[in-house]
Amino acid sequence: MRGARVWAILGVMILVLAACGDDGDGGDGGGGGGGGGGGEDLTIGVSWNNYNEERWAKWDEPAIKEALDAAGAKYISSDAGSSAEQQLSDVENLISQGADALLILAQDTEAIVPAVQSALEQGVPVVAYDRLIEDPGALYVTFDNVEVGRLQAQAVYEQVPKGNYVFIKGNSADPNADFVHSGQLEVLQDAIDSGDIVNVGESYTDNWDPAVAQTNMEQFLTENDNDVQAVVASNDGMAGGVVAALEAQGLAGEVAVSGQDGDLAALNRVALGTQTVSVWKDARLLGNAAGEAAVLLAQGTALEEIPDTVIFTTPVNSYDMTSILLTPEAITQDNLDVVVDAGWIATDELCQGVKSGTVDVCG
Amino acid sequence: MAKTDVSAAGPLPETAPTGAGRSIGDVFRAAEIDARLVGMILALAAIWIGFHILSGGIFLTPRNLWNLSVQTAVVAIMATGMVLVIVERHIDLSVGSLMAAVGMVMGLLQSDWLPSAIGFDHPATWVIALVAGLVLGAVIGGFQGVVVAYVGVPSFIVTLGGLLVWRGVAWWLASGQTIAPMDSNFRLLGGGSEGTIGGTWSWIVGVIACVGVVALQMQRRRERARYGFRLRPMGIEVGIAAGACVAILAAIAVLNRYYLPPLLAERRGAPPGAQISLGLAYPVLITIGVTILMTVLATRRRFGRYVYSIGGNPEAAELGGIKTKRTVVKTFALMGTLVGLAGAVQIARLNAAVSSLGTGMELSVIAAAVIGGTSFSGGIGTIPGAVLGALVMQSLVSGMVLMGIEAPLQDIVVGIVLVSAVAIDTTIRRRTAV
Repeated sequence: MRGARVWAILGVMILVLAACGDDGDGGDGGGGGGGGGGGEDLTIGVSWNNYNEERWAKWDEPAIKEALDAAGAKYISSDAGSSAEQQLSDVENLISQGADALLILAQDTEAIVPAVQSALEQGVPVVAYDRLIEDPGALYVTFDNVEVGRLQAQAVYEQVPKGNYVFIKGNSADPNADFVHSGQLEVLQDAIDSGDIVNVGESYTDNWDPAVAQTNMEQFLTENDNDVQAVVASNDGMAGGVVAALEAQGLAGEVAVSGQDGDLAALNRVALGTQTVSVWKDARLLGNAAGEAAVLLAQGTALEEIPDTVIFTTPVNSYDMTSILLTPEAITQDNLDVVVDAGWIATDELCQGVKSGTVDVCG
Repeated sequence: MAKTDVSAAGPLPETAPTGAGRSIGDVFRAAEIDARLVGMILALAAIWIGFHILSGGIFLTPRNLWNLSVQTAVVAIMATGMVLVIVERHIDLSVGSLMAAVGMVMGLLQSDWLPSAIGFDHPATWVIALVAGLVLGAVIGGFQGVVVAYVGVPSFIVTLGGLLVWRGVAWWLASGQTIAPMDSNFRLLGGGSEGTIGGTWSWIVGVIACVGVVALQMQRRRERARYGFRLRPMGIEVGIAAGACVAILAAIAVLNRYYLPPLLAERRGAPPGAQISLGLAYPVLITIGVTILMTVLATRRRFGRYVYSIGGNPEAAELGGIKTKRTVVKTFALMGTLVGLAGAVQIARLNAAVSSLGTGMELSVIAAAVIGGTSFSGGIGTIPGAVLGALVMQSLVSGMVLMGIEAPLQDIVVGIVLVSAVAIDTTIRRRTAV
């Protein structure tokens, strides 16, 4: 029995060690020599809320570094591991490490505000990266989520100008879910009012969970006896659940379905014709834009003088925030070459199971 | 199945109440019917009829009931294992995350690793993937069990750790990517229009089940007679058998009235207007199979008796010579295996493995077991009860979606039902115990 206990403890220790080892290469991703081109020794601190998600390491961080390298600025970072409290102290630490400007991917849009204000008081400008921070002193750099919704609705509407629509919305606690949905309605509201489009089912989806989206879609199909012509799903994962539900009724490919993110599986569905559109936000553009803006701010440029900004009114406090809103791109069967040329997806992955001659990129 | 319930009468012949003033409880006791199971069935019937009226006559259609049967499968499969874990006074919070990790491995096996070795859609792919998932689930579950039983870390902590670890592993396996599509044979496990056994086979399964129920009852009666135990009145015996048979065959009849969607029938080359019954879906068959196996394991095997005696009084069980630690490890390994099976059904149904698979599902599984009458104080809980509990929960959710009730309100309703069910159960138990 003693033997078993020793083994069990050993096993746990190995697991813990393995986990730690994995953390190491995430946290401190290479500093890079400062003072190259611009001649100024600027340091930009990045506070990730949760580095443990594919896109940050793969796309965002390299793009930010690229922009900083070009300006000769130094990159330092920290990861809050999805903890809003941790992120507050992370921000303090980055400032004491000498950050001249901060990029913050906030865990919580409101809870981060005290840290942002203290940074601003110490003369360290702040960029709200990708996710809103409710403080007008920060520069908000993101993809236009309302535009995402518009693009989704447009692509679906072009294919189905008349008919029964189902709306599969995101997590009810996530403000992005409502931004996206408001964009969808902007495009479709007129047709809904005129009766061309009938909203036959609408639901939020806990955690953006594809399995929940599938179950909800099954219920909507049952309720309407399959009389559904279009599904406006807010992201690609949920679109996957919707397509699985449609497939069970033989409707996959017959019903227009939207999504966003440019998930590899979703782009494959676009090539197959079972999904109409995936709105793609090239994270590299976002990283570049935010990196460049951070350098400008660190050099003392005023918020209003940053190029290409617009005013974004925040939903909770109605602050007017100086913002850079990048335009996402709608990927449909007609422009799949965009994601291939960008190196986002390999052709064989994109074209798995696609009949030859149906899609240009797949030959 | 009433073996472990306190309301099931002991084998004393004299206690059978006679005369006019018998309460319903006494009648149940004389008939040895599990009163709380009957109560749950009645509650379920009330929910179904209520939703049928509120949804404008959609809920009790063959199609919706067929959907419901498939949607319930994943939680029901895991709930059968959770009953035994909770009966042992433990808990497993890691099931949702573990399902994601194991599901990810099964997904990668069939879309990445195996195709490069034996080719895409190889006929053996689904078996290898499924067995790998079951074994991996058992090993990880067993490992958590070892830490609980031999190291002595409370199961709440061990599986809370597991909840974090396995979610992370699920992400790390594919860097958060969605793995799709699944092997075409494997997909049958998830149901869908292909993954069913068809009308004829459903009838055959129904008849076999019916014969099984009658045979089981006759065997029990014979055994009781042999040992001189009190026998149920013959009328009740026949009534129960007939009732069960009618229920089984009625369920089959209803499910068989859900036909292959016309678009798919056309594609299969059926004449227009042909009505092809889908019948029982594979995930439903799996759930039924698991329920029967787990019930036998829990009530007719030594392992099951050990589990219940540990839950009833751990010290006494230990002193009584039961190898409690080994039993705990086995229980967690069994839970892990069931998680693997449920994960297979889930990714087959979704036709994709995602790292967010089963987020928060541990709570649905625990809730199903608890609504089904499993007690956190240990020693009490039945497997059919937990399956019914899962069905009640899924009925509520599916019904509310049909009615267009938003997700946050759904959570509120399910939460209230959970607490009310346990409150009613506890009150009744306290009264009958006095």
